[in-house]
Amino acid sequence: MVDQAILPAALDSGDVQTAINHLKEMYPGKVQDDTRQGYSGVIIDRSVLVEAATAIRDKLGFNYLSSVTGVDYLGFGDHLEVVYHAYRITGGPALVFKAQTPRDNAEVPSLIEVYPGADLQEREAYDLMGIRFHGHPNLKRILLWEGFNGHPLRKDWKEAYYEQEHKPFDSRWPAGYARRAEELTVFGKNVQYPADLDLSRLSDTTESQLYSGMGLGVDVQDEVTSEGIKTDRLVVNLGPHHPSTHGVFRMVVELNGETVENLEPVMGYLHRNHEQIGERNAWNHNMPFTDRLDYISGMSNNLGYALAVEQLLAHGARYTPPTYRAEVIRVLMVELTRIVNHMWAIGFLLNDLGAFFTPALYAISERERILDFFEATAGSRMMPNYMRFQGVARDIPERIRSTANQLNDRVRDFNTMDYLTELINERIPGAIDELDRYLSDNEIIKARTIGVGYLPKDMAIAYSAAGPVLRASGVPYDVRRAEPYSIYPELDFDVAVRYNGDIYDRYLIRLDEMRESVRILKQVLPRLEATKGESVFAGNKAIYMPRVPLGEAYGRVENPKGELGFYVISQGDPKGPQNPWRYHVRAPSFINLTALGQMSKGHKVADIVAILGSIDIVLGETDR
Amino acid sequence: MSELDLRELHNTEFPVPADMQNNVAITSLSRIYNWSRRSSIWPMLFGLACCAIEMIATAASRYDTARFGMEVMRASPRQSDLMIVSGTVTKKMVVPIVRLYNQMPEPKYVLAMGACASGGGPFKEGYNVVSGIDQYVPVDVYVPGCPPTPQALIYGLIALQRKIDGQSLANMDDVPWYGVGPSDPVPIPILGPDIIDPRQMELIRQQAERAAGAAGKGTRDLPAAVMDIGKPRTVPTVESVTAEVKQEAGVPAVEAPKAEPAAEVDPEKAARIAKREAALARKRAAQEKGEN
Ligand code: SF4
Repeated sequence: MVDQAILPAALDSGDVQTAINHLKEMYPGKVQDDTRQGYSGVIIDRSVLVEAATAIRDKLGFNYLSSVTGVDYLGFGDHLEVVYHAYRITGGPALVFKAQTPRDNAEVPSLIEVYPGADLQEREAYDLMGIRFHGHPNLKRILLWEGFNGHPLRKDWKEAYYEQEHKPFDSRWPAGYARRAEELTVFGKNVQYPADLDLSRLSDTTESQLYSGMGLGVDVQDEVTSEGIKTDRLVVNLGPHHPSTHGVFRMVVELNGETVENLEPVMGYLHRNHEQIGERNAWNHNMPFTDRLDYISGMSNNLGYALAVEQLLAHGARYTPPTYRAEVIRVLMVELTRIVNHMWAIGFLLNDLGAFFTPALYAISERERILDFFEATAGSRMMPNYMRFQGVARDIPERIRSTANQLNDRVRDFNTMDYLTELINERIPGAIDELDRYLSDNEIIKARTIGVGYLPKDMAIAYSAAGPVLRASGVPYDVRRAEPYSIYPELDFDVAVRYNGDIYDRYLIRLDEMRESVRILKQVLPRLEATKGESVFAGNKAIYMPRVPLGEAYGRVENPKGELGFYVISQGDPKGPQNPWRYHVRAPSFINLTALGQMSKGHKVADIVAILGSIDIVLGETDR
Repeated sequence: MSELDLRELHNTEFPVPADMQNNVAITSLSRIYNWSRRSSIWPMLFGLACCAIEMIATAASRYDTARFGMEVMRASPRQSDLMIVSGTVTKKMVVPIVRLYNQMPEPKYVLAMGACASGGGPFKEGYNVVSGIDQYVPVDVYVPGCPPTPQALIYGLIALQRKIDGQSLANMDDVPWYGVGPSDPVPIPILGPDIIDPRQMELIRQQAERAAGAAGKGTRDLPAAVMDIGKPRTVPTVESVTAEVKQEAGVPAVEAPKAEPAAEVDPEKAARIAKREAALARKRAAQEKGEN
């Protein structure tokens, strides 16, 4: 069941301009063009933000809110800014709109009524930037804990190991002189305390506050239904250490008997401060960090970041786009990654359904072969750090070899192209068919998944769901077609779509997508042969770090888990700053969780684990 | 353990008749105890971050930890012997980790898998990241890598087996669980304005009092050399470093040992560094001029 792809770019950038003009007519004086160098979109006065957003959604058709984030312009106007990227679900470029607020008492109206998908993202901006979203029903910290001192993404907030605004730190470079960061604090730990710390009044209230949000204590209450059946209402905590939560994710569920009445995702247990570290890092320094976002699909994360920065670089004078071979290799890597990811996702969905580990073993066996290829090319199995701005780090090797020939180690030595040809034409399709054969008609799987975790089409759009979750609900939205990048326009493939919006369809769509990926890979192989020997890097190798022109950019790719976006701002030194002023990641795993509560309501507690598995989250990306 | 070879357990001069060698072993209590424990280490099914994916790959069919009797991953800490800390430890997560560690029955072991668990890793400077799990719970084996390859993890597991082999029932001080009585649990950290290790309460109190006094925030007991991080610094030479160290130690800086003639210093690199220094100085001067 694969639909014909929607036509790419039916609405060109002119349409966005028309939309902006309409908007200006509707709110004269309240909507201004963003005229800063390298910026686009409009700045909307926050007093009319909710009405304007409603008009943007209903009248102008930008009904899919992709990303919401905050930026601190300390020193450049001294205001905080909330940036929204809205798209039409039929494809085309974004309407970027922004709202500004002073830094003290920062407050912007919440758009949760207009775009429910803004829910978790607004909480994140509140947590990390300290922007209050007026009208948000549950404005609590999300990644950090209640009581944390300050809002770390504000530019005047300094971490305990603070050395300098940007890397490379003067203390280490050029002399290579390093010191253990622990020496920076008296405590020998990564901690700092405010001067007014009162230890006598210290108590950990994070847990009680969490449960108070549920509107119910942890004690058991009786409830008698109309039929006279007595059930207990209680709150159950799953995670952060739980065998089936895909890492350190936590859910607090309110149960009536065994039925879920309310579910609250609790996250931040893997919040590694990706964005803040990214704003200290040099531009190309962030590439290996993106590997660790969705750590199952490192290659595609690389591509998203490369695309975002290339957009900025393209403003500059001496920019050459990546070579054709580089683009071919990029697509090869990304589509292989998609297969790795979906295999993993299906294997572990089965785990969540109770088929402990045997299906997963089958599903991830083919992954090892793909990883062998990644390792031979990029040097690492999981963390490739492979893409570069304007190309890739190196060409694929002539042969795939094992590094050491040890006893009991059957020597690996293959011709890379033969290896890939066999992988793409035989092994991977075979593995997909095998899963299909064993699982798709399985009684138990069908009983457990059909009709469970239903997410209707309009709700999927409203909640900004992305990737397989969105497409399994009948929305054929795929960034590769909606706003094509790389060589996707010349490749022949379909956007997979299913219509029932339940776990079973989310399982099936992953099979469909893997088959489409194989189709793409089969077209990539001849292109690889044809471009053999060509350069894979269009930049200047002598320049270690390119100067990135001023401006903003939002680069997005269709990651296996959904739309991965990077919002980067280059600001400061007019010759091109060393590091991003803002580096925000629109993480599909994170935003897909917004709808988890909706999907779980009314199901049994055993089902929510499977529902979570069908969303396919990865915590590195959810918490960042 | 594919084949049980009893001879590997033999620990005595006492000869076992050749025809009984497959049935009888004469060994010490420590030895057999350690042997059986190290051959059936049950890790906790517990993943933190990217490293957990490689941990799962290690347990899967290609690398197969079942060869070491470790395939039984237990979801409950009460049934597990080994905690593989597979990933970045955040301040928010260290609280449950310490709790889980306390819940594990002894004998228990901790393996820090990857750069993050060992020392903070790539995310070390992050405000929510703990610089290594060993700041809270004792670690037996560190496995470097980001992520460690499955081979590296297996090597770490073998190192743990060796460590267990070396432990002695006879020596009660060897490991806490061979001593008398239960050992103390690790105090559970508290999430305040930042994470608070109860073992550091006293230090934190002192610092807070200091800060509340006239000095205000920022007075920290830091060695002089640390305070100037962030300021432009000159490239340390042998002399300057020795002088610095001497001063810190409270010893008057006596004559520094004569720097070796520049034989080891790559002249090209030195020239590059000097050039950069000069450029930086010019830039700084220009900035200062601009500010005035
Ligand atoms: S050591 Fe590397 S791979 Fe392992 S958790 Fe840390 S960042 Fe991830």
